[in-house]
Amino acid sequence: MSTAVHDHPHGHDDHAHHPSGLARYLTTTNHKDIGTMYLWFSFAMFLTGGVMALVIRAELFQPGLQVVNPDFFNQMTTLHGLIMVFGAIMPAFVGFANWQIPMMIGAPDMAFPRLNNWSFWLLPPAALLLVTSLFVPGGAAAAGWTLYPPLTVQMGMGMDLAIFAVHILGMSSILGSINIITTLLNMRAPGMTLMKMPLFCWTWLITAYLLLAAMPVLAGAVTMILTDRHFGTHFFNPAGGGDPVLFQHIFWFFGHPEVYIIAIPAFGVISQVIPAFSRKPLFGYTSMVYATASIAILSFIVWAHHMYTTGMPVQAQLFFMYATSLIAVPTGVKVFNWVATMWKGSLSFETPMLFAIGFLFLFTIGGFTGLVLAIVPIDIQLHDTYYVVAHFHYVMVAGALFAAFAGVYFWIPKWTGRMYDETLGKWHFWLSFIFFNMAFFVQHFLGLAGMPRRIPDYALQFADFNMVSSIGAFGFGLAQLLFLYVVVKCIRSGEQAPAKAWEGADTLEWTHLPSPAPYHSFETPPMVK
Amino acid sequence: MSNASTDRYYLPQPSTWPITGSIALGLLGFGAAFSVNRLAAGYVLLALGFAVLIYMMFGWFGTVVRESVAGKYNDRVDVSFRWGMSWFIFSEVMFFGAFFGALYYMRVLSVPWLGEVDQKLIWPDFAPGWPIAGPGISEKFTPMGAFGIPALNTLLLLSSGVTITLAHWALKKGNRGALIGWMFATVALGITFLGFQAYEYGHAYSDLNLKLTSGAYGATFYMLTGFHGFHVTIGTIMLIVILARCIAGHFTPEHHFAFEGVSWYWHFVDVVWLFLFIFVYWL
Repeated sequence: MSTAVHDHPHGHDDHAHHPSGLARYLTTTNHKDIGTMYLWFSFAMFLTGGVMALVIRAELFQPGLQVVNPDFFNQMTTLHGLIMVFGAIMPAFVGFANWQIPMMIGAPDMAFPRLNNWSFWLLPPAALLLVTSLFVPGGAAAAGWTLYPPLTVQMGMGMDLAIFAVHILGMSSILGSINIITTLLNMRAPGMTLMKMPLFCWTWLITAYLLLAAMPVLAGAVTMILTDRHFGTHFFNPAGGGDPVLFQHIFWFFGHPEVYIIAIPAFGVISQVIPAFSRKPLFGYTSMVYATASIAILSFIVWAHHMYTTGMPVQAQLFFMYATSLIAVPTGVKVFNWVATMWKGSLSFETPMLFAIGFLFLFTIGGFTGLVLAIVPIDIQLHDTYYVVAHFHYVMVAGALFAAFAGVYFWIPKWTGRMYDETLGKWHFWLSFIFFNMAFFVQHFLGLAGMPRRIPDYALQFADFNMVSSIGAFGFGLAQLLFLYVVVKCIRSGEQAPAKAWEGADTLEWTHLPSPAPYHSFETPPMVK
Repeated sequence: MSNASTDRYYLPQPSTWPITGSIALGLLGFGAAFSVNRLAAGYVLLALGFAVLIYMMFGWFGTVVRESVAGKYNDRVDVSFRWGMSWFIFSEVMFFGAFFGALYYMRVLSVPWLGEVDQKLIWPDFAPGWPIAGPGISEKFTPMGAFGIPALNTLLLLSSGVTITLAHWALKKGNRGALIGWMFATVALGITFLGFQAYEYGHAYSDLNLKLTSGAYGATFYMLTGFHGFHVTIGTIMLIVILARCIAGHFTPEHHFAFEGVSWYWHFVDVVWLFLFIFVYWL
């Protein structure tokens, strides 16, 4: 095996001198440094997008217009969505991929270390474009994160900044995906066949394919918006033979796989955490792999379930309804397997496991409401109501974000060599869990009663639930400052963590590497039986 | 592996090229957004961004070439490059897919719908068809015929696919003279294609009154052929670099992934062109 590196304990000449301070992070080619940057960037964006969410919830605390004007409200909903999706959740999981994939497959680093650096450092300019757009004449893009024309064709310069931000974010994702696929296909330790990879690696392999297929389509869609805005094309203008609904088709051809781009790595984290704290191997590993792949493939033929109310032919509505319902089957397989993993396990409930179980409950609720929305006649009633907002926040926050928290608590002993404060971690979980449900569960009722989304004012009968939701949102936001404190405290003064910090964890990073993992791990690949 | 220094998967030292590229992209992003809004600062930022980008590409690719020539890349790195290039091309295919999707949607769905009875109130006289600008555009244009320059261009690109394969065979046989000759021919065919394409655009604008603003047909015609032409330009630049590296003797019959990667890319623009020829020009 040509990766069988000669044993030069830390005498690796290519790495002997790396710069320190800021220059270290600007120029680093190390997957751990880059993973750390991804995670901190993601957290900073999470707070930025979170503050925008709180502006929204402050305005919606009471009926009437109190805090912001409607145009700024629309800018907040738009930027909140874009920043949370592209700035917070996606980079968080790429951060996990960077830290974990090389360690979990016994590789010395990612396949293209310099490209890896670039994938990360493309994010700050894109974030700068998005945030700057708030301060240009006309303000930021205010058409919702889905960027539907004709609104997006009519807006000011903020829209152009958002378009180029999306282009750069897409580049970052594509380059990152190429790196992840190549690493997983080409850098596994001898003996680690594909079907022996930890499930987290599998989920990222599949996610990377989704990104490669979906992000270029989004780039095409926003390019068409740009040329419609400034170069006189008529892609989305019926006067020139185009159609605004065309944008929705192209956008959701990207947008629905995007949902799984966010969810599938979360499934991967959960599939590592639940077995570790059940002290049992993952139930149905093979079926997990196939279920994940099935979800990914199906995600490309369900996009128009976001568009039932646009006047599609009934045949199309039926097709997309059935195809969407079909996704419940592999998703059900996964949920069943997680529960079966816990069945008769020797369970313990440290913070990662709490977040994983929280995920299991709440993600399943989000999945069920998704199934409700997949049904055409019901969706026509619920389209663009708070029911939809509740549904996707159950998937994005209680799904993806809770999984990210589970992942941080699970792996932080390996990353820092120190243990987090278990009591405070549990506080973080329970506060997040309770306030999350307070913020979003009531939104189901608001949506069922007909409250439209993305509107800064509402009818009086919605007042009570909105107040509850806003209190929950602020509580949830404050609870995340506790998370920041727990992480900083862990890094500064946590107790020393053993190499195998969790009794039931059995992947390579726990069994073959000390805590903290050395800067260069697996220059000599381990043999995997 | 016989050589101990190439036994190890090559991990590069910290590098300033990626961050240089990020600065370039940041400048380009702001520059482009300001330029399309006619702000003078935009053009300056755009020019600066391109300058930094070109500097970065020279530096970064130059580093990779030097590392490759120094023999730092073992077979496993070579496999990484192959996977990387393949999936990059796949993402490019998906990008073109978005625009082909727009073309099919307009042609098959949205234009015919505009002729249906519920649109008669707005556009009573609109008769759908293809090629067409749309009901709200009264300016007339002549569509681009397939069997003039476009057919010739098809021939040129297909021939260039043959010449680059002949060059590859020559490289594998170690026949430097034939390699350089066929590479030169490939570059010449690529440049001729671009020349014809530029001439065709001039012809379309001045004689056919076919513009980017000519509704559904104009938008899809120029965006599809334009992005393709842009990719051919990049491909031609890549071919020129590879030609120079052939002349410099960088490649051995066994070890020449840069050559193969560029030839994959060239075949990709070739295949995209075939789809363009069929669906944009011909049918």
